[in-house]
Amino acid sequence: MKVRFKSNSFVIALSAVVLGLIAGGIFMAMIGSDPFEGFLYLFKGGLMNIERIGNTIATATTLILVGLSVSFAFKTGLFNIGASGQMLIGGLCATLVAHFVNIPRPLYLVVLIAAALVGGAIWGIIPGLLKAKFNVHEVVATIMMNWIAYWSIFYFVPAFLKGPFLETESKSILLEKSLRAAWLNKLFGGSQYINLGIFVAIVAIILIKFILDKTTLGFELKAVGSNRYCAEYAGIRVNRNVIISMMIAGGLAGLAGMVFYTGYASNMQIGVMPSMGFDGIAVALLGASNPIGVFFSGFFFGLLQSGKGFMNAMTDVPPEIADTIIATIIYFTATSVLFKRFWDWVARLLSVKFDKKGGN
Amino acid sequence: MSHVIEMLNIRKEFPGIVANDDITLQVEQGEIHAILGENGAGKSTLMSILFGLYRADRGTIKVRGKEVHIANPNNASALGIGMVHQHFQLVQNFTVTENIILGREGGFILDRRTAAKRIKALSEQYGLSIDPYSIISDITVGMQQRVEILKMLYRDAEILIFDEPTAVLTPQEIDELMQIMRNLVKEGKSIILITHKLDEIKAVADRCTIIRRGKFVDLVDVATTSQAKMAAMMVGRQVNFKVKKKPAEPKEPVLFIKDLNVLNNKKVLGVKDFSLEVRSGEIVGIAGVDGNGQTELVEAITGLRSIASGSVQINGTDITEKDIKERNEIGLGHIPEDRQKRGLVMQFPIRDNMVIKEYYRKPFSKNGLLKEEVIRKHAQDICDAFDVRSGEGIESAAGKLSGGNQQKAIVGREMMLEPNLLIAVQPTRGLDVGAIEYIHKRLVEHRDKGHAVLLVSFELDEIFNLSDRIAVMNSGRLIDTVFTNETNEQDVGLMMTGVKVRGVDHESTI
Repeated sequence: MKVRFKSNSFVIALSAVVLGLIAGGIFMAMIGSDPFEGFLYLFKGGLMNIERIGNTIATATTLILVGLSVSFAFKTGLFNIGASGQMLIGGLCATLVAHFVNIPRPLYLVVLIAAALVGGAIWGIIPGLLKAKFNVHEVVATIMMNWIAYWSIFYFVPAFLKGPFLETESKSILLEKSLRAAWLNKLFGGSQYINLGIFVAIVAIILIKFILDKTTLGFELKAVGSNRYCAEYAGIRVNRNVIISMMIAGGLAGLAGMVFYTGYASNMQIGVMPSMGFDGIAVALLGASNPIGVFFSGFFFGLLQSGKGFMNAMTDVPPEIADTIIATIIYFTATSVLFKRFWDWVARLLSVKFDKKGGN
Repeated sequence: MSHVIEMLNIRKEFPGIVANDDITLQVEQGEIHAILGENGAGKSTLMSILFGLYRADRGTIKVRGKEVHIANPNNASALGIGMVHQHFQLVQNFTVTENIILGREGGFILDRRTAAKRIKALSEQYGLSIDPYSIISDITVGMQQRVEILKMLYRDAEILIFDEPTAVLTPQEIDELMQIMRNLVKEGKSIILITHKLDEIKAVADRCTIIRRGKFVDLVDVATTSQAKMAAMMVGRQVNFKVKKKPAEPKEPVLFIKDLNVLNNKKVLGVKDFSLEVRSGEIVGIAGVDGNGQTELVEAITGLRSIASGSVQINGTDITEKDIKERNEIGLGHIPEDRQKRGLVMQFPIRDNMVIKEYYRKPFSKNGLLKEEVIRKHAQDICDAFDVRSGEGIESAAGKLSGGNQQKAIVGREMMLEPNLLIAVQPTRGLDVGAIEYIHKRLVEHRDKGHAVLLVSFELDEIFNLSDRIAVMNSGRLIDTVFTNETNEQDVGLMMTGVKVRGVDHESTI
C-alpha cells in the first residue's frame, strides 16, 4: 500500500492559522483571560447571527480585493504595497461618480466600477512605468504613490465633496448611489454593511483566476514573475508585462476602494490611510497568492476583524489580541518553509510505516 | 585492499521516480573510482547521499569499515569526505588563502601567514602550483578548481569526490587535472570521479561502477574494458561515437555578421570587429576557451545584449534593431548556455516550458486563450522524441528534472521550432554519450534539411565531430576560419591561444 501525502499550500496555510490561534490563546491566558471564552466571543462576533455574517462578509470584501491585487502583482514578481493609495484614488473616483453622475442604476453601476478601476489602474501604472523605464523599485514607488494619494484626498475632498458640517470628511453619498442593496441588507438580517461589492469580488476572483490559468496574458505574467531571464530569452516583453501587471493590480485595489468608500462606508475622510491596503499583503500571503486561497484567507481575516469588537465588549480581552493573532499568523505563513519541512517529514514517517505494513 | 567507502544497497525515492534502487558502491583505499551513468541515472543522488545532502530511504554507508550516518555536509567533512563541486564556491575578491580558510578561521585573530604556509606546502606536495596570495578573480578557471581541491586537502579530506570536473576546462587543463588526480592517489587519497566522458575514465580511473536508470549494472576494471563496452553498459545498447554525416552542401547565407563589436559586462569590448557568415546546410563551430567573447557574440545575435557597432543579418534581414520576439519569428532558435537561468522557468511544468516561445501562436492559443490540449500534446511529443524523463511526465516542474533531462527538453523545444538558424551553445553539456549521440544526429539532420547551425562549444571533440567549418575565437576576435577536414586539434588548440596557424589559406572570403 502506498500513501501519497504531500504538503501543499493549503495544509501550510491551515497550519499557520492553527498555530496563530494557539498563540493568540496563549496571549489571552498570559493577560489573565480565559482563551476559550475569548475565542468563543471572537467567532461569535463574526458569525453569531445572519446579520453579523453579513457584516463579516462586508469586511472581507475589501480585504479580498486588496489581497487579490497584491497577489496578482506578486505573480509577476512585483511587490505592490501601494494598495492603500490605489484604494484611495479608486475610492475617490467612485465617490465623485456617486455625487455627480445621475443615470439609471444598472448603467450607473457600470460607470462606478469603471471609474474605480481606472483610478486605481492609473495609480498602479505609474510605479509600473517607473520600474519598466528607469528600474525604480516598485516598493519605493508605490509607497510614494500612497502618500501622493493621501495628500490628494486633502485637496479633493474639501474642494469638491465638502460635507455640510465637517471639513475633514466628504458629504455622504445618497443611499441609492451606494453599493448597498435593500434586498441584500434584508437577506442578511438587516446588516448595514453588506453590499454588492461581494459580487464584484467574486467576479474579480473568477476573472483573475481565468486570466492566470487560461490566457496567454497570464502565461506571460507568470513567466516574467517566475524567471524574467527565461521570459526575456523566449521573447516575452518583460517591461510591458510589468506595466500591465501593475495596472491590473492597481485596478483591483481601486475596486477595493470603491467597495469600501461607496459600499461599506458612505463617505471619505481626509488624513486616513486605509490600513486594509497593508492587510491585503497578509491576505495574499496566507492565500498563497492563489485567487481561491485569497478568497478564503480574506474571509478569515474579515472574520477576525469583525469579531474583535464583540470579543472586547463581552470579555476583558482587548481587541488588540485579534490583531496579534493576525500578526502571528503572518509570521507563521512567512516561515512556511518550516511547516513544509515538518509535513514532509511526517509524510516520510507515514509512508515508511505503510511501506512496512504493505510488505507483510 | 580495504574499502574506504562502502555504500550498500542504497535506495532513494523521489515523488514518482526511484533515483537509486539498491545501488552498491565500494571504493578501495587509494584508487580512482569512476561512476558512469546516463543523465538521471542517479549518480548525483548517490553522491548527494554520501555527502549528506540527502538521506537514503534504505541501505547503509560505511566509512573505513564503520557504519556511519551522514546527516549533513559537516558530518561528511568530519569523516574526511570532500567534494569538488561542478560550480565553484569561491569568493571572487578574496585571496586563495582567505577562500581556503573561510569557515575554518580558528580563533578571533586571523592568522593568514600560518595558513598560507600550510597551503603552500600542500600545493607543493600535490603539484598544484598555486600561489596562496593571488586573488581568485585574477586566476584561470583551472586554477580556481585547484583552489577547490586545496580547500578539501586543507580540511584533511581523505576521500575526494569530483563532480564532472572537466566540464569547464581546456584540453591542456584537463591533462593537468589528470596528473593532479594521479598525484593525489599516490599520496594515499581516494577519489570518486563522476563523469560522462569515457576517455577521461580510461585515462585516469582504476575501476568504474556503472549505473543505469537508478540500478547498479556492473563494476568493471577500467584497464581491461573497452570504451565501447562501457558505453554500451551505461546506455543499454551499442553507441556510435562518431556522427555519420555527408559533406556539407552550403547554399545561401543565413547568418551574416559584419564588423560586430559588443561590450561585455565590464563595459569593455568583449567581441571585436567580428565578421562571420553561416550558410544554410552547414554547421559552423565556434572554438575557443570559455570567456573569450562567445557569450557576448551569442547574446548579440539573439538579442539579449545590445551591440556597440556593426550589423547582424538573418535571412537577409538586418536584425540589429529587432527585439527578441521578432528575431524568433524570423527563424532563430537558441539553445542557451545557461539552462537554469535562461532556458527554463523552473517553477513551470514541462508542458508550459515547451511552448514558452510559441504560446501566443496558433495552434497553441486562439484569441488570447491557451489551448491546453494542443500544448499538452506538443510537450508530450517533444518528451517522447527526445527521451525527456521525469517523475510526473509533462506535468513535472522543470526544476525537478535532472540537469541532463532539462537540457534534452530545451534542445527538443528549439529543434521542434524548425528554426532556419539554430544557435546551439554547449548543446550536450552534462549529457551522457547516448543522449549526445542522439542530439548530434539531430543537429546534423537539421543541417541536412537546409538550415544553418552555429555551434558554440568548449569541447573540441564536439566541435570537430559536428562542424563543417571551425571559427576560432580568442579575446573577442575571430582568429581564423578553417575547414574541419583540413585542420587538426593541435592547430585549433594553438589558435585558441591566439596564434594564427597559416598552412593553406582557407579563410572564407567575407
